[in-house]
Amino acid sequence: MEWEAVIGLEVHAQLATQTKIFSGAATAYGAAPNTQACAVDLGLPGVLPVLNAECVRMAIKFGLSTQSTIAPRSIFARKNYFYPDLPKGYQISQYEHPIVYNGYLDVLLEDDTLKRVGITRAHLEEDAGKSLHESFYNMTGLDFNRAGTALLEIVSEPDLRSAKEAVAYLKALHALVTCLNICDGNMQEGSFRCDANVSVRPKGESRLGTRTETKNVNSFRFVERAINYEIERQIQILESGGSIRQETRLFDSVKNETRPMRSKEEANDYRYFPDPDLLPVMIQQEQIDQVRETMPELPWEKQQRFQQSYGLSRYDANVLTSSQALSDYYEITLQHAGGDAKLVANWVMGDVSAFLNKHGLSIEECPVTALQLAKLLQRILDNTISGKIAKTLFEAMWAGEGDVDTLIEKKGLKQVTDNQAILAIIQQVIQESPQQLADYQAGKERLFGYFVGQVMQKTQGKANPQQVNDLLKKALSK
Amino acid sequence: MSTMDSDKVNNIAHLARINIDATKLPEYANSLSNILHLVQQMDSLDTEGVTPMAHPLDVMQPLRSDAITEKDFSAALRKFAPRLEADLFLVPQVIE
Repeated sequence: MEWEAVIGLEVHAQLATQTKIFSGAATAYGAAPNTQACAVDLGLPGVLPVLNAECVRMAIKFGLSTQSTIAPRSIFARKNYFYPDLPKGYQISQYEHPIVYNGYLDVLLEDDTLKRVGITRAHLEEDAGKSLHESFYNMTGLDFNRAGTALLEIVSEPDLRSAKEAVAYLKALHALVTCLNICDGNMQEGSFRCDANVSVRPKGESRLGTRTETKNVNSFRFVERAINYEIERQIQILESGGSIRQETRLFDSVKNETRPMRSKEEANDYRYFPDPDLLPVMIQQEQIDQVRETMPELPWEKQQRFQQSYGLSRYDANVLTSSQALSDYYEITLQHAGGDAKLVANWVMGDVSAFLNKHGLSIEECPVTALQLAKLLQRILDNTISGKIAKTLFEAMWAGEGDVDTLIEKKGLKQVTDNQAILAIIQQVIQESPQQLADYQAGKERLFGYFVGQVMQKTQGKANPQQVNDLLKKALSK
Repeated sequence: MSTMDSDKVNNIAHLARINIDATKLPEYANSLSNILHLVQQMDSLDTEGVTPMAHPLDVMQPLRSDAITEKDFSAALRKFAPRLEADLFLVPQVIE
């Protein structure tokens, strides 16, 4: 039987505010434990939460960018469950009346088609503290610095049909929230987390199968792996006559599998009710219009501009606009390298990305700045060095060995463009290769490559390749 | 859920982490059922077009600006922590 996967994602985007959603405590990541948890965050008796205006503004920004309805009136509710990292015994969230609902995001898929993914809702809520189970014998350590940090939970419609589509959606959403500057998008630090709802059904069936929710998937790669695992697992169960249990599962990235959460970690009945400590949040049209004025160029708008102004393909433009930092890097390099949008795109998506991947760095941490890369590319464009030499220079710049011009000087890498010098080497090569010369002249034309190789070797790659080709052709046809 | 029995009371008590006397279960079930019956009576009213009340006060949520006003309280908070290690509050382990 042919099966179809049905996937919806719930993303928790940590809002990039200075303070918590309901208190004036700081949110800086990596502070010493429990130094950023105030009485409100700890739920001490007698405290009253007061909503952070910035959270509302950020939610409106997100709503506008996804063509969502922005609720004129939304309500905070208590989600009740007991866990030590939730000191109040409830999480303040939104349930029946979220601040943003009914929008969509258009996602570019690998096959260059656009897919519209519905956004059911996005609501504001507070994060819990952090439990550390490993370091203490029979005890759990609690750090409440994260408690009360603002989250925007973004729930998609079950519109996704494969792990690849889910990842494409997740990347598009990531690009959006970082571009809007409402979330720093740092997945390692947990600023952008994803739960995946997955079910399968026979192809053509319109009813949904029983779904599972996989939590704790904190990288694009893991999301893809977790969903694929879950799809395979469910199909196997159904094909052998079993049925799927609706449950919450955890992804184990080491074993590369999902497994059910222990029942103790599960809480099925949250007994939501409106939080009496908080009043309805009212949003006027005027405020929405004010936020609209502050909207940045959105990823898909930037993508179109990159295609139109720089003549890039939709795919290249999509990759280069996947984050604000990357598109800035590209545009600064291009501006200073002086033209050739495609050359710059190839470098940024090629060598730069490859090095970043290899060293596990983000573009913000790239040791070769956009200005340094621009200078390197200038030297290709003005024929000082070849593209090949540029690659070795990039490596040296990455290692912090100096700037382009100093390195060219120091390593003696300046391209040889003097016709006489190149000709002398060509003559030498021809003299040393009588057999190859005879074969070539007898019609073995692919030996041309051999001669080019010899000349480049003798000049250590410094000869201008175009000049070598031209001069060699003339010399060999004599 | 218009009537309560002892099992339901037990379940709710567990979710709310309330320790209740088993001999009082029928009594609680009865009182809670009475409350639910009252709610049921109200259900028969026509509330078409009436916005559910989220708060008894007819005012809207005031907002605060995103500025740090609460400084580090950890020294004060430490004082009422039964156990503390490496600046973390310690509680009995919750997963095995």
